[in-house]
Amino acid sequence: MNSILSVVPIEYYLGLSVILFTIGVMGVLFRRNAIIVFMCIELMLNAVNLLLTAFSTLHGEAGGQVMVFFIMAVAAAEVAVGLAILVMIYNNLRTVDIKEMNKLKW
Amino acid sequence: MKALIIISILGVVAMMADVLRFKKLLVPIIVTGLFIALATVCMDWNTDIRYFNDMAYFDNYALAFTGAVIFITLLWMLIGQEYFQDSHTKGEHAALILFCLSGAIAMISFSDLTLFFIGLEILSISLYVLAASNKSDLRSNEAGLKYFLMGAFATGFLLFGIALIYGATATFNLQGIHDALAKGAISPLMVKTGVLLILVGLLFKVSAAPFHFWAPDVYEGSPTLVTMFMATVVKTAAFAAFYRLFSTCFISLSDTWIPVVAALSAITMLLGNIMAVFQTSFKRMLAYSSIAHAGYMMMAIAAMNEVSAGSIFLYAIAYSIGSLGAFACLHAMSVNGDESISGLNGLGKRQPKVAIFLSLIMFSLAGIPPVAGFFAKYYLFYGALIGGYTWLVIIAVMSSLIGVYYYFKVIFALFKTNPIAAEELPILLPKHYVLLILTAIISLGIGVSPAWLQSLIS
Repeated sequence: MNSILSVVPIEYYLGLSVILFTIGVMGVLFRRNAIIVFMCIELMLNAVNLLLTAFSTLHGEAGGQVMVFFIMAVAAAEVAVGLAILVMIYNNLRTVDIKEMNKLKW
Repeated sequence: MKALIIISILGVVAMMADVLRFKKLLVPIIVTGLFIALATVCMDWNTDIRYFNDMAYFDNYALAFTGAVIFITLLWMLIGQEYFQDSHTKGEHAALILFCLSGAIAMISFSDLTLFFIGLEILSISLYVLAASNKSDLRSNEAGLKYFLMGAFATGFLLFGIALIYGATATFNLQGIHDALAKGAISPLMVKTGVLLILVGLLFKVSAAPFHFWAPDVYEGSPTLVTMFMATVVKTAAFAAFYRLFSTCFISLSDTWIPVVAALSAITMLLGNIMAVFQTSFKRMLAYSSIAHAGYMMMAIAAMNEVSAGSIFLYAIAYSIGSLGAFACLHAMSVNGDESISGLNGLGKRQPKVAIFLSLIMFSLAGIPPVAGFFAKYYLFYGALIGGYTWLVIIAVMSSLIGVYYYFKVIFALFKTNPIAAEELPILLPKHYVLLILTAIISLGIGVSPAWLQSLIS
């Protein structure tokens, strides 16, 4: 497995993960559509998954890849809950724009 | 461990209640189960066992906090059981509360970052649903969505931090990470960034400034009973995990994170207390006061000495018991739909007993002797002083004085001479009385002998 890391060094994986993570953070902070915000959060989690897999290969230790499975399972549960909440809000408000949600003063 | 297993099974059983038609028995079953769990915690005392290949570690620290969250949940059940009764979804609500509690216990007893993450997520995902559980109320919807987006966002940071720590140390085990960090010679930039990212994730969860902005909205929008659960059980568990993680794992990196925690602790308590002064809604005031209390508890984490664990434990209990009493009163008010502080005007004239007990609880939250809150604050301040944080203690004392002002606003409202009409006053049912009196008595009891609670884990 380490032959993969000799072709593409670990720094590249780290760099790519940081870039993906940053795109995710920016998306959460600046997009208004709740579904897009939601996708950006998933992007953040997947950046972490990529990083964990790369480190797991680097160290030759399976723990990181097991963690990835846990993260994927939890992310799936989060998607289920999140989409349910979004559908409920859409039913009540007919929109998923975050700026429209101002019943509670910020 | 037994407590964790019992509570998870109880959660599954609660989900079956609808299908197998034993809804009427649900509350007795849950209460019995929780008592059994509490008994197993007492029986396991002083055993110090590591479970599942060092995933969970039940030392006295974990057992004490586990017992505390189960006890708080039992008190919560006094009025919380209503939440399981008046809707057709009561089985689900009960299951979610129990899963939330099992997540809290996993989070308290973790000895591996994997279990920490899973516990945190079990706790959070159940809470997202609970916060949004009042489906027809737009405010509850909004609270659920805000909590969900903010919580998931924070999880992202936490995970990135965990991944970086894993990259530097090649293990998720707390002791393993501690040993690897103590040896040194691993990429310091990666480790430091990792620790700070984990800190950001955790500060989000404990609602510390500048990551607190979701808390007032979520607390206000969620159904009162859920807010009550969030402000007590969840906060206690989050702080237990916070302390456990940073005291066992990252202690050798204390130069990196202690200044950050100390500074944010000062900002959190000032901001929470100052914002609370301007609130007219009792519920929102309690939300800001819970932010301020998070700030006080962070002092103990910044001081990080031998009295920290005990003082966090004492404070978390004193604060949770006080909040339960305050929220019991708030719940009685919300029946009328009026949640502002002026809704309490003149309660002292019409129901003097309630007013006296509520005042006692406000004393406890404000930190006035001889009630629990005072001694909890005393130990926190003492720990910070011997840790050399005089400036932090000065800020804490000042912000406590601000706190006294808004807690007394409630007490003044209670004893106002021109009461509002009797029918607009909160209607306290027997269960509210029982909870209010119990919490007041426990607060007084802790106030009489605070040292034994603290000595449980110090």
